[in-house]
Amino acid sequence: MKLLKFTKKGIYCIPGKFYLDPWYPVDYAIISHGHADHARWGNKHYLCHNDSKAILQHRIGVGISIESLAYNQTKMINGVKVSFHPAGHIIGSAQIRLEYKGYVVVFSGDYKIQPDGVSTSFEPIKCHEFITESTFGLPIYKWKTEQELQNELQDWIYQNQQNNRTSVFFGYSLGKAQRILKLVENVDAIYVHAAIHNLNNAISNSGITLPKSQLLTSDFKKSAIQNKIIILPPALLGSRLLKRIPNAATAICSGWMQIRGNRRWKGVDAGFVVSDHADWDGLLTAVKATEAEKVYVTHGSQAVFSKYLNDIGIKAHELKTEFGEDTLEAVEQEKIEKA
Amino acid sequence: MKDFSNLINAIEITNKTTAKIDAIIHYFKVAADKDKLWLIALFTGKRPSRPVKSSLMKTWCIELAQIPEWLFLESYSTVGDLGETLALLLPNPTKSIEKPLHVWMQELIAVKQKSDTEKKDYVLASWNSLDTQQRLIFNKLIGGSFRIGVSKKTLVNALAKLSGIEANQLMHSIMGNWSVDSISFNDLLEGKHINYDKSKPYPFCLAYALEKELVDLGNPKDWQIEYKWDGIRGQIIKRKNEVFIWSRGEELVTSQFPELVEAVSKFKDDFVIDGEILAIKDSAVLLFNDLQKRLNRKNVTKKLLEDIPVGLYVYDLLEINTIDVRNKSMSYRRTQLEKVFQRNTSEVFALSQIINFKEWEELHNIRDNTRNVNAEGLMLKKKNAIYHVGRKKGDWWKWKVEPLTIDVVMIYAQKGSGRRSSKYTDYTFAVKNDDKLVTVAKAYSGLTDKEITEISRWVNQNAIEKFGPVRTVKPELVFEIAFEGIALSRRHKSGVALRFPRIKRWRKDKTVNDIDTIDSVKALITNL
Repeated sequence: MKLLKFTKKGIYCIPGKFYLDPWYPVDYAIISHGHADHARWGNKHYLCHNDSKAILQHRIGVGISIESLAYNQTKMINGVKVSFHPAGHIIGSAQIRLEYKGYVVVFSGDYKIQPDGVSTSFEPIKCHEFITESTFGLPIYKWKTEQELQNELQDWIYQNQQNNRTSVFFGYSLGKAQRILKLVENVDAIYVHAAIHNLNNAISNSGITLPKSQLLTSDFKKSAIQNKIIILPPALLGSRLLKRIPNAATAICSGWMQIRGNRRWKGVDAGFVVSDHADWDGLLTAVKATEAEKVYVTHGSQAVFSKYLNDIGIKAHELKTEFGEDTLEAVEQEKIEKA
Repeated sequence: MKDFSNLINAIEITNKTTAKIDAIIHYFKVAADKDKLWLIALFTGKRPSRPVKSSLMKTWCIELAQIPEWLFLESYSTVGDLGETLALLLPNPTKSIEKPLHVWMQELIAVKQKSDTEKKDYVLASWNSLDTQQRLIFNKLIGGSFRIGVSKKTLVNALAKLSGIEANQLMHSIMGNWSVDSISFNDLLEGKHINYDKSKPYPFCLAYALEKELVDLGNPKDWQIEYKWDGIRGQIIKRKNEVFIWSRGEELVTSQFPELVEAVSKFKDDFVIDGEILAIKDSAVLLFNDLQKRLNRKNVTKKLLEDIPVGLYVYDLLEINTIDVRNKSMSYRRTQLEKVFQRNTSEVFALSQIINFKEWEELHNIRDNTRNVNAEGLMLKKKNAIYHVGRKKGDWWKWKVEPLTIDVVMIYAQKGSGRRSSKYTDYTFAVKNDDKLVTVAKAYSGLTDKEITEISRWVNQNAIEKFGPVRTVKPELVFEIAFEGIALSRRHKSGVALRFPRIKRWRKDKTVNDIDTIDSVKALITNL
């Protein structure tokens, strides 16, 4: 059944007359999660998960027309039954389930299988058609457990403290920053950049408890933050602010850090493989669990992952994006910072 | 292997040479004697020959990872390093084992003699007991380079800092004849196995780029003008029947140039000379690209010696029969040098030609034509100058010819290696040939990291293929490339070969319609 159409503005639901994570302004946008390449400004109406509401208002504007649902709660839109289901990517991230005349399509948004203690854990949803992301769609991507990551990051901080160095982590403000907070919780005082601090406040105000952190004010005292933990957005790599931090040891937390070349390219002291996306096994597990007849692959290694799915007998198509190159480029940049 | 693994990790994560040196020193302080010796051996190319073929390792990895071959290749082209790809694709280990570096090396030497089945058992058992980082190192110990930016010179500097022994002596020590089982670490450093008095080099005298008008140099009669050859600056030492060749980077490169060693050995005099090592065939200097094929080879094969014979253009004399003449004038040294080569003749040695001229004016034309003899400009040396230590302004000037440039369009992009393995850094460029495009050059350098990142992103979005390591891209991005020379070539499809092409700048202001044509490129060849 043709429930969806892939258009220049994004994925369009024909009977429902709404878009999923549209790229350009539309009348009705259903949003999987709060990252800028999924929740864009300018839509007339937004529908998202409860925990994403404060984030969207914070990032796009308090005045937007927005409505939110809990996980598993349903809403009928022009005869299409819409519901959100946990995607385990970041706080408030959701898979979007659409049901029309008994035919079910699930749009994964971005997702991660492994529980991280911050976002609600991923739940597989059975469907006829599944649209999956494929950011890390190669078998070289295999994530460590949360416990292993916790040990790695904390050992690094202790080692830095022995060498009288301040531990500076770089991670995207929404998602990665909160994940790092959780991984290094209870080790020492954590200072975060204003962009992260403001988002944390928005998240906390909607009733979610985050590990304790303090705002890194622009007039910080060197003695106060020496040997402590700092979390900054990736855009501040090589910034003047970073240079003012005493004896900074720098680390990037990203799935891309799996490859040595990427770690060395960035010129940081350490690279930790901390990703909010599914690894290769995670993608395969998720796709198989949906029991979908047809899989569409988007966002990343479309060509490789869809070819492999067809190899193992799962009918898959590459979802060709027809978006303007300028937009893609800008978003790719954000993706690199975020992943 | 933990210490070694930590060392590799510490070295690869930093771009700073001082940090690399500190990490190496730390290793020398904590590691066992034999492990230190292996480290030196591995970093100086004294590694045992590959015990297990990489094609076998690839096959076993595909089996263990249970993936199709195309997916292995796709992973490989993303990672850009075979040892690392294997390490990442293998299933997680079920055991853990810790053996020092020298034990691994002994095992690898022993396994070379075994059957393929025994090799497989050994490699699989090892993979299953090592974590990802250690596996990578294990794979690298079997074969392949670490690509972590540690040159022999860096290693020697670390050893010098650790021991207080002079760097050049250490260079001779580690490049000398020794094996892990035949010497202790201290004896190696102290050079018990070598005679440093014989090999000791002098610091090179270096020139600055000319920064004034020729007429301001004074009387032309006070100057000696030579070609600036584009090879490898070398210092050749012959003392008491032994020959040593030092490169300008203070590395001992004696074994790379057997024809020079052979020729010098026959000379009657002892001496230290300064010259340019060049690829010379039928008394014409070949391109630097050709010479490059002779460099850093473990074995110089007979075929290579025939295809690319090497010779030396002699610039200067530093020592003659144990007498240091560096404080004598240039003209004195030149006269003595000429005498040496009257007494000792050889086909592979030639004196650097002195260019005759009367007025400064004449030199412009001569410089502009240096490309015709595959030189890269002129050297201006003051006749009364001593042979200085290092760089000193005023007595020696280099006056290089301006590079040639053309505008080209990118047609293929390929990922780099090492630090650059995550980005598209190696490009193939084309010019117009009627309504078609024809490849003229490949270039790897000249862009900033920021530009490379931007281009990589563009390549990802504009590639025509989706699989494999080379991406064909839409001919859209225009670059200005610079090169030192151009010649007709039958080996190249375009009919021309560029010498040392590199990217001068990314011409965002130009489109594919603005690029050069093959005819305008050929017109640059002055000696058609």
